[in-house]
Amino acid sequence: MKIDIVLAGVGGQGILSVATILGVAALQEGLNIKQAEVHGMSQRGGDVQSTLRISSKPIHSDLIPYGKADLIVSLEPMEALRYLPLLSPEGWIVSSSAPFVNIPNYPDMKEIENNLSKAGNVILFDMEKMAKEVASPRSSNMVLLGAASHFIEITSDKIEDAIRKVFSSKGEAVVEANLKAFRAGREKADSFIAK
Amino acid sequence: MKTKKLLLGDEAFALGAINAGMSGAYGYPGTPSTEIMEFVQTNSISKERGLHSHWSSNEKTAYEEALGMSYAGKRSIVTMKHVGLNASADAFVNSGMTGANGGMLVAVADDPSMHSSQNEQDSRFYGEFAFIPILEPSNQQEAYDMAEYGFNLSEKFEIPVIIRFVTRLSHSRATVDVDTEAIPENSIHFPKDGKRWVLMPGNSRIRYKELIKVYDNLEKESDNSPYNVYTPSTDHSLGIIVSGIAANYLQELFPDGCPFPTVKISQYPLPKAMLRRLAKECKEILVIEEGQPYIEKAMRSIMDSPIKIYGKLDNSLVRTGELNPDQIKECLLKIRPELDAIKSGEIRESCDIIVARPPSLCKGCGHRDVYQALNEVLAAYEDARVFGDIGCYTLGYLAPFKALHTVLDMGASITMAKGASEAGVHPSVAVIGDSTFTHSGLSGLLDVINEDSNILVIISDNLTTGMTGGQDSQGTGKIENICLGLGVDPEHLHTIDSLPKNHDQMVELFKKAIDHKGLSVIVSRRECIQTARRHGAHRGPKT
Repeated sequence: MKIDIVLAGVGGQGILSVATILGVAALQEGLNIKQAEVHGMSQRGGDVQSTLRISSKPIHSDLIPYGKADLIVSLEPMEALRYLPLLSPEGWIVSSSAPFVNIPNYPDMKEIENNLSKAGNVILFDMEKMAKEVASPRSSNMVLLGAASHFIEITSDKIEDAIRKVFSSKGEAVVEANLKAFRAGREKADSFIAK
Repeated sequence: MKTKKLLLGDEAFALGAINAGMSGAYGYPGTPSTEIMEFVQTNSISKERGLHSHWSSNEKTAYEEALGMSYAGKRSIVTMKHVGLNASADAFVNSGMTGANGGMLVAVADDPSMHSSQNEQDSRFYGEFAFIPILEPSNQQEAYDMAEYGFNLSEKFEIPVIIRFVTRLSHSRATVDVDTEAIPENSIHFPKDGKRWVLMPGNSRIRYKELIKVYDNLEKESDNSPYNVYTPSTDHSLGIIVSGIAANYLQELFPDGCPFPTVKISQYPLPKAMLRRLAKECKEILVIEEGQPYIEKAMRSIMDSPIKIYGKLDNSLVRTGELNPDQIKECLLKIRPELDAIKSGEIRESCDIIVARPPSLCKGCGHRDVYQALNEVLAAYEDARVFGDIGCYTLGYLAPFKALHTVLDMGASITMAKGASEAGVHPSVAVIGDSTFTHSGLSGLLDVINEDSNILVIISDNLTTGMTGGQDSQGTGKIENICLGLGVDPEHLHTIDSLPKNHDQMVELFKKAIDHKGLSVIVSRRECIQTARRHGAHRGPKT
């Protein structure tokens, strides 16, 4: 198996935790992983991007070449569009539709939605809202992981194990909330893929 | 026994050093090097053995502390970002002269593309300047393996060794095969040649001649290093020299093998014999290296006869920023258009409605209150100038505050404000954070005190080293006493909590300080909102 994923969001949204969990799950499966991320200045409310490559064969580059990503996974709709040139022609975008507006010139939401639907294969829904409904507002990243998990050849059981492992130090309640959010996201994405 | 772990390049090196019998890590936080020390601080073997892992005040003190441990015969590392090597340059260059005793590794992380830095300086130039060898890991596994290899190299040649990181290696995770056990630490033993540790001219002159010989031997070592690899191939119209992380990008383009002979460099001084062989066997040369064109320049003096060299100097590769597989592909297609196999399929256009999302100060950050009040006060003056420094508060340059006029290096706010005030600028204000103040602000403040220069120094104290993720700040709880101890007039040293409710009071304080003809220091204090949030809580996964 081989999958190249671009993870996107705004500093503080928790996008890097998605990468951490997938990394733990892939390691458990004996797969090779390369995951590049940006720390430091870019995290203070700026755009944050991480690339995750998982493969049963050795992986060379830490970065994904243009047109080679299978998946863009984003917690923010404009940030999902930022990395479009990386996405392969048949790739999927999985993104929350909830905008994170911390800049004065944030583009018109209609424009963003138009561009996203033009991009082809898209799963777009308000993950923040879903997280609030089923668990806690802070678990929208797990809703995203759930929705994206369809495209990743690691069983959801194994990903759930990784969620347990990563959040275990924060207590059972946090683990449960994150699992709930993950399952809700996974279920919701079904309806998009069935279409 | 070996096991697999998922580790950042920084972490892989840290674990490699622990497993190779390191006795102490020293350093000052700096993106992208910070995670090396953070790993040592939380590692179980490190805790069990009581390895040193406390942050130092700055890179120079850290460097000297690590060298002291090496003098005593034990293995040490010192960590810093590339500009930190400037701060420790005095110790660094002279440590080539003293040499090392116990193995000493200098982990320096360069930041091409300036993700979080002021410049793109390439530490490899420093290595040559100081006659100090360099290892440049090309992947996380090498970052792990090179710790033990580096300690052995350092002890064999009795010299510190640079481990050169770049952002993409420091901050990229991969599966790494690691040992499950650590070898024992060295016991104390002093250098056989004590003379060269006292760098007085008489001793130094003898050592310098010896050092040049050591460097010649290091060059031979490089030619036989397992990390410098000549890979033959069929098409001799081009030879490729590729260093460090760039080797992966080239492999990405040619997963089944590169059609051109290649030399992969991960150990310096450069392996001259290997490079001469490549130049002799190939018609032209392409150099692919992350950072500044170091190898490219060196090749001109290494080759027996001049042949065409493609690289950054002739703009075959982009001169600035970090490399990526696409840049290398573009470059190869430019010089060898017939390479059909690497041409990409259809690439999507970038979306034109996207706007930049610059970083900003967090909501609830005390630096915000400082800039709000300062801007209000300075609006009354036509030529007020604010000299900034390095940290989260550098973001005060951006909207909405647009409060800073200069940012140079660690500590420069105070000294530049002093110089400007002597040129006649009024008000001349320095804004510096607590950690930067103890890093490099103290001696500058002493200059100001001695002349009672007419400036206002605002120490915006958030009780941590914020920008790098909240490491301990060496001045926490001591800032006012440090100022008083240096000689700041107690009447003109003020403290205020940086809170919105204190806005009016802060404005008054700033006004009063500016009206005072001479030095005023205002310590504005509020705990970093990020560290406050996790205060007392166990640190979970990073967001």
